[in-house]
Amino acid sequence: MTESLVDLSRLQFAVTALYHFLFVPLTLGMVWILVIMESVFVITGKEIYRDMTRFWGKLFGINFALGVTTGITMEFQFGTNWAYYSHYVGDIFGVPLALEGLMAFFLESTFIGLFFFGWERLSRTKHLMVTILMAVGSNLSALWILVANGWMQEPIGAHFNYQTMRMELTSMWDIFFNPTAQAKFVHTVSAGYVTAAVFVLGVSSWYLLRGRDVAFARRSFRIAAAFGFASALSVVVLGDESGYTVGEAQQTKMAAIEAMWHTEPAPASFTLVASPDQAKRRNDYQIQIPYLMGVIGTRSLTKEIPGIHEIVAKNKHRIENGREAVIALEALRKDPQNAQLKAAFEAHEADLGFGLLLKKYVADVRQADAALIDKAAWDTIPNVAPMFWSFRVMAGLGFSLIVLFTLALYFSLRNTFQQKRWLLRWAMLWVPAPWIAIELGWVVAEYGRQPWTIYGVLPTHLSVSSLSVGSVVGSLTGFIVFYTGLLIAEVYLMIKYTRMGPSSLGTGRYAGETPLTQPA
Amino acid sequence: MFDYPTIRFIWWLLVGLLLIGFAIMDGHDMGVGTLLPFVGRTDGERRVLLNTIGPHWEGNQVWFITGGGALFASWPLVYATAFSGFYWAMLLVLWALFFRPVGFDYRSKLQDPRWRGFWDWGLFVGGAVPPLVFGIAFGNLFLGVPFQFDDTLRVTYSGSFWALLNPFGLLSGLVASAMLTFQGATYLIVRTEGAIQQRARRAAQWSGLATVLLFVAAGFWVRTMAGYVIVAGASPSAPSNPLAKVVTEGQGAWLANYAQWPWLWAVPLLAIVAALAGVALSRSGRGVAAFVASSLTQAGVIVTAGASLFPFVLPSSLHPNSSLTVWDATSSLGTLNIMFWGAIIFTPIIVLYTGWCYRVMRGKVTVEGVESSHSAY
Repeated sequence: MTESLVDLSRLQFAVTALYHFLFVPLTLGMVWILVIMESVFVITGKEIYRDMTRFWGKLFGINFALGVTTGITMEFQFGTNWAYYSHYVGDIFGVPLALEGLMAFFLESTFIGLFFFGWERLSRTKHLMVTILMAVGSNLSALWILVANGWMQEPIGAHFNYQTMRMELTSMWDIFFNPTAQAKFVHTVSAGYVTAAVFVLGVSSWYLLRGRDVAFARRSFRIAAAFGFASALSVVVLGDESGYTVGEAQQTKMAAIEAMWHTEPAPASFTLVASPDQAKRRNDYQIQIPYLMGVIGTRSLTKEIPGIHEIVAKNKHRIENGREAVIALEALRKDPQNAQLKAAFEAHEADLGFGLLLKKYVADVRQADAALIDKAAWDTIPNVAPMFWSFRVMAGLGFSLIVLFTLALYFSLRNTFQQKRWLLRWAMLWVPAPWIAIELGWVVAEYGRQPWTIYGVLPTHLSVSSLSVGSVVGSLTGFIVFYTGLLIAEVYLMIKYTRMGPSSLGTGRYAGETPLTQPA
Repeated sequence: MFDYPTIRFIWWLLVGLLLIGFAIMDGHDMGVGTLLPFVGRTDGERRVLLNTIGPHWEGNQVWFITGGGALFASWPLVYATAFSGFYWAMLLVLWALFFRPVGFDYRSKLQDPRWRGFWDWGLFVGGAVPPLVFGIAFGNLFLGVPFQFDDTLRVTYSGSFWALLNPFGLLSGLVASAMLTFQGATYLIVRTEGAIQQRARRAAQWSGLATVLLFVAAGFWVRTMAGYVIVAGASPSAPSNPLAKVVTEGQGAWLANYAQWPWLWAVPLLAIVAALAGVALSRSGRGVAAFVASSLTQAGVIVTAGASLFPFVLPSSLHPNSSLTVWDATSSLGTLNIMFWGAIIFTPIIVLYTGWCYRVMRGKVTVEGVESSHSAY
């Protein structure tokens, strides 16, 4: 596998995945805001809540279209660009993807049609039921996808079968209840809820600042404030939970996030600011808060958090051990009945993935000398600076959103938010914040998993399809062209409909209402 | 829990079932997309066509997505080999599909006729290209696909996209195009009236006849073709290792199953009879019956092809021993069993709630109805 093929395939995956996730979080949260609005409508019978459901639903629909479009890419891409990965872990990884389709995506997609088309054909309660099923479907969908992703971070419930040359499932239970997956799920969907809440809060603020559709915007603002406050707290609390989740992938990520080059005596300090230097393997300068990291990371005052140098030293042993596993496996593939080879393989099997790291440099791992093993061991640490800063910007934005929602809720309850123009302006300005935080969150999670696709099991450079570099350049270019065009159409419609506001429903009840010649 | 050979065979049936589900459900949406610029002549008429499938296409598309997921979970080697080998064909399908979600949702949100015209052709591409490319890819399975595995089961593919466009591949592409157009046209008979329905009836008759003729032609072609035969290895209960068997070419081998089990001839016969019945029913304007007949045609054609290749799924022309079969390309026993229960429990539930949605939205879609509705595309 040439380096450029691997890098281009990674770049294409990163571009398409990050792009997909511009649309997903808004969907995940918006469905619940729609459920809340429509429930209020069904309970109180006030028309304005139906109008709210329909108007915010329109914006939701524009966003959803691109979420689906870009989601199909993800389903294709494992096979097209990561063929060896698909073979090596399909036995496990394919299961949550297939179940996502059967259990969740069908539900969401079938009922989204009725959500839009069913207003004139369904009773109020039945329509609400449709909206709820759509919301459940979209969130279940996220659950299965994050079970799959969680397994890439923490591959439990599976074992390697040398006869089939792949990982095979041993416990569906372990895979589903993988603590990493569960923590990721709650953290990720909560982040989606915050995104939708900020979106509704910001757009409503804009209407309030301009003094239009005040009754409509006030109600929307309050719902978003309450929903956003609960979600923002949950993101940070459960984000901490995903930090705490023990496991080696997390430990390595944590060391990189914290730019912690050496194990410190417990409890470790939290590094607020630093200038990590990957080449010299140290921080040029740093500002630390004593004890804090140890408490967050281990929830104890006595447990140590391993530093980068210590992790590398341990991984070096695992690579040496894994090299024996690779050698035994290659012989065993040629002579599958040989009990001696089988025993040799099984003795080192746990470190097979680490041995495979050497394949980046040599076809025959026997040729790997001490210097190469050292190099491969350092490969197991992701680049510290991008991890360090991505995490800090993400977490900083997360806290700023808690402050925003606390104030928004407080002034909602006191019913004075309309007069707080600074708050309305802040809410408007802060609409992009959750998107930035979420994208950086994925950078921390996925870039931080390098050099692995499956942590400790399958290195990234072995996972790619045997394609020509030209093919991947061509497809990457195609994706960029298509996605740019689609984004322009999407943003254009979003802005157009946001400006039209609830008057786009054509009910004749809203600001600047001009009768539409053709309802859209 | 089933034993390995049984569950492997069941999964061959289930993948076939998902493919048939895709052809019937997503197929009629794609057929309507293909017919959109021709059967709908004015903006109002095109909106009628769009709104016959508007509430349902999103759910129907999940047949395709779940099919991909099920392939990944049940036949990971097939998923890996086909998707990476047919790289440009897959991207073509994917990019064509990009036009659909935005086309449906964005088209009627602006009044500009150029905007609407652009998306009408976009929806045509999204409806017409995927069946054509799938058909071409499927046809190439009969010819064998140039791939091979190394000892670590890494696949390398030595063909190109252009090599797929051989005469038999193209013929198969046309079979798929014709049959999904048939599916879309018969659906339109049910959901439209007046001039649009007249055009849909004509389209159904033409596409139904084309399906029969092209399908029969492909059948005669397959008779003269060299197929593949497993001559050694391949125990149905062994761990999945495609390199453990020996495969050779055999003249007319793709009809061997029909020779061994003559009752199998009922399947292609069903495809032909159902298509002809669908044509006659379209002529007399009996939409629902025509749609059922067309759906049976889809099932008949797909099962005919699958049964002909069985137990092969993805034969290799470059290194026949690398061919992927029902017996050596599957997931582990445990995974197949878990996925079996997932599919058996959820597929009927999906069919039930999808049916309910169609019931809610039943009735003819008309120009007046679309133009006075606030929910329509």
